[in-house]
Amino acid sequence: MTQSGAAHGDNYLNHEKGIKSWLTTVDHKRIGVMYLFTVLAFFLVGGIFALLVRLELFSPGHTIVGPQTYNQFFSYHGTIMVFMVIIPLIPSTFGNFILPMHLGAKDVAFPRLNLLSYYLYIGGAFLAASTMAFKGIDSGWTFYAPLSLQSRASTTLVLTGAFIMGFSGIITALNFITTTHKLRAKGLTWDRLPLFIWAMYATNIIQILATPVLALTLLLLVAERVLGIGFFDPTLGGDPVLFQHFFWFYSHPAVYIMILPAMGIINEVIPVFSRKTIFSYKAMAAAIFGIAIVAFVVWGHHMFASGQSDTASFLFSLITKLVGVATGIKVFAWLATMYKGSIRFNAPMLWAMAFIFVFTVGGLTGIYLSTIATDIHLTDTYFVVAHFHYTMVGGAITGFMAGIHYWFPKIFGKMYKEGPAAVACALVFIGFNLTFFPQFIAGSRGMPRRYYDYAPEFTYLNQLSTIGSFMVAIGFVVTAIYLFQAMRNGAKAPANPWGSATLEWRTASPPPHDNFSTDPVVTAGPYDYSSIKV
Amino acid sequence: MAEHTFFGLLPPQATEIAKGVDDLFIFITAISVFFFLLVIGLMLSFARKYRAEKNPVPTDIHENLPLEILWTAIPTLILGVIFVWGFIVYKDMSAAPGSAYEIRAIGKQWLWKFQYDHGASTVGELYVPARQPVKIILTSDDVLHSLFIPDFRVKKDAVPGMYTSLWFRADEPGEHVIYCAEYCGTNHSGMLGKVIVMEPGKFEEWRSGKLDATATSNGENVPLDIQGKALTEKFGCVACHSTNGSVMVGPSFKGLYGKTETLSDNSKIVVDDAYIRESIIEPQAKVVLGFDPVMATYKGLVKEEDINAIIAYLQTLK
Repeated sequence: MTQSGAAHGDNYLNHEKGIKSWLTTVDHKRIGVMYLFTVLAFFLVGGIFALLVRLELFSPGHTIVGPQTYNQFFSYHGTIMVFMVIIPLIPSTFGNFILPMHLGAKDVAFPRLNLLSYYLYIGGAFLAASTMAFKGIDSGWTFYAPLSLQSRASTTLVLTGAFIMGFSGIITALNFITTTHKLRAKGLTWDRLPLFIWAMYATNIIQILATPVLALTLLLLVAERVLGIGFFDPTLGGDPVLFQHFFWFYSHPAVYIMILPAMGIINEVIPVFSRKTIFSYKAMAAAIFGIAIVAFVVWGHHMFASGQSDTASFLFSLITKLVGVATGIKVFAWLATMYKGSIRFNAPMLWAMAFIFVFTVGGLTGIYLSTIATDIHLTDTYFVVAHFHYTMVGGAITGFMAGIHYWFPKIFGKMYKEGPAAVACALVFIGFNLTFFPQFIAGSRGMPRRYYDYAPEFTYLNQLSTIGSFMVAIGFVVTAIYLFQAMRNGAKAPANPWGSATLEWRTASPPPHDNFSTDPVVTAGPYDYSSIKV
Repeated sequence: MAEHTFFGLLPPQATEIAKGVDDLFIFITAISVFFFLLVIGLMLSFARKYRAEKNPVPTDIHENLPLEILWTAIPTLILGVIFVWGFIVYKDMSAAPGSAYEIRAIGKQWLWKFQYDHGASTVGELYVPARQPVKIILTSDDVLHSLFIPDFRVKKDAVPGMYTSLWFRADEPGEHVIYCAEYCGTNHSGMLGKVIVMEPGKFEEWRSGKLDATATSNGENVPLDIQGKALTEKFGCVACHSTNGSVMVGPSFKGLYGKTETLSDNSKIVVDDAYIRESIIEPQAKVVLGFDPVMATYKGLVKEEDINAIIAYLQTLK
């Protein structure tokens, strides 16, 4: 990190020097930055697998690899993106960096535990990624039994990695909840908490309650593979549908681990760039918790065609509709926040609007899938692939992009150029829609997912997808270039470039080692811009 | 090949159920397009109207209860209608008419095998009569599979160790693709098949073996239940299970299928496909009250096809 001439101020980046000071740091900001670069490195790897999948699907039959290699490509793409990228993406980066500063705290409640969670993540992630040097993985990111039990690939190793990463998430969640309860600044009452904190709080509760179920499930799977104890394999007296119940009992709430923090970021960005308080703060916070609670009782909507009872399907379909109502409330409230605002279109706002667009498409297509009769036709087709990319990727990634452009000046103390940022946003947005919208059509016309080969009628839809995916890739490369350039020689960022009202903007950019020179005192709500000039 | 429906978004409609599903699909699409245009339209018009250059001073608005009630209540109502409609259509998909013609299907890596009552079995091709309800009873020989016929809008997982089912009534003679929709390993996308719908008269001819189209069925067919009878003799089942109602070492086969039995732990069970299969593979799991747990397992000796035949035989012993 270069220091700008005049301002020799002590900050967290130059407070201590050398690689060792980073690897042993207990500073939440440095840990956040380490997570940021690690998670983005895995995002690059997962993205390369995505491009390989799209290349293979450019034409029916053999395009670049055989079916077994293709199966490994999509298994790695899914596993890396879900467990190593999207789940930790926002909580471990902005959660670590911003959450304590939002609260006016010097650090998280348990700084050493925080460093441990980073190393658990790294350890688990490298263990999982090391399977590439062995026999790979080939049973998707869902590891459905009995296929995953009979697989000759390095399934046991990847499951162990995911198991360890789970602990990282649990520890981080405990840390954040404690921090939120114990380390709030003077005057920061619960009804003045930024909605990002509420979103993180709800996410953390899900992580603590749901992750152990995944850990248990993966452990049972490992026990069955290694010791031959029959839990899920019918030839050993097990039940493969039980695995699906266990798996989705975690993995459906996990969808909200991915999306709620992104909603939290959007809740911060839209008010700042509309110069207006968030519309209906209480309803927004309630909707977040509503989604988090309902998240636990909808898992069976993944299993309408699995042979579960009609009664179960009836209830799961009914409850799932509530998610639609809650997300509808949020989308309308974001629009109402923009209404009669004074809107500035800086990069974070462009990404927030992209978020509303893709998330609306993702949410509306969820109606088809939560309705049993239409889901029977659409489940396990490309319609589902398109839907969850619109919600999880469209949601989590555009939310993350809004966040990185919003907090970049605070984290690195530099400003990036708005021009290239707008171009990159447009490239990713158009490319994303070009990639995934045709997949809705391929799916409703009947193309099943995880298909290496497909009928000729699906060719042009797949080619649109592949072209779109490369546009997305170019958009991210452009983003990487201008952000790295900004880090090296961007203009120095002021303390509060966007005119935000939350506490992290009351201190220098980048913040000093202890975050605040004097303990901040809160006297107004998080979205009160009446006394802030821009 | 029939035309695709709804602007080419959906496959051809080859059953009544498909039409029911599509009507709902079209309704949801109309709702979705409306709300998409509403949300994106409002967002873009606000972005234009209230941009900082044009509207430098924002108006402070915190909440608006009537508006919030409205945008909670209207989606709730619409989603409620869609839910009920979806469940009504699903009830029709779920409950096969009692008169349905039953065909047993076994998924294995990477093919579909079908067993018919008259004893033929086909691989990849599913022969069915037009305009008659057909029920497919599914199981799997190895991992999960899913029988998916897009033109009929039906899909159901084939689960090893379990019996699941789906049914349809095809409108017209013709051919329809079958996909495996549950990822099942290397050649998942190659696990294809087709449904061949025939005029009922022609199907009867095929069934009685008079048609050349039966190249894939086994020349001289022994009906499935007769195959099952032979198997119960071959495997020695009848040494302990009578077929005339007399009690021997095990419960009699006569009238067994569909009967409610009391187990050794006093719980009740209805004798169905799943219980018969379990009693063959894992005989000690649920023993009928009053009998000793002495039966040996047939695991590894008996194939899924054999169990299907034995079930068909037991169904005839009323």
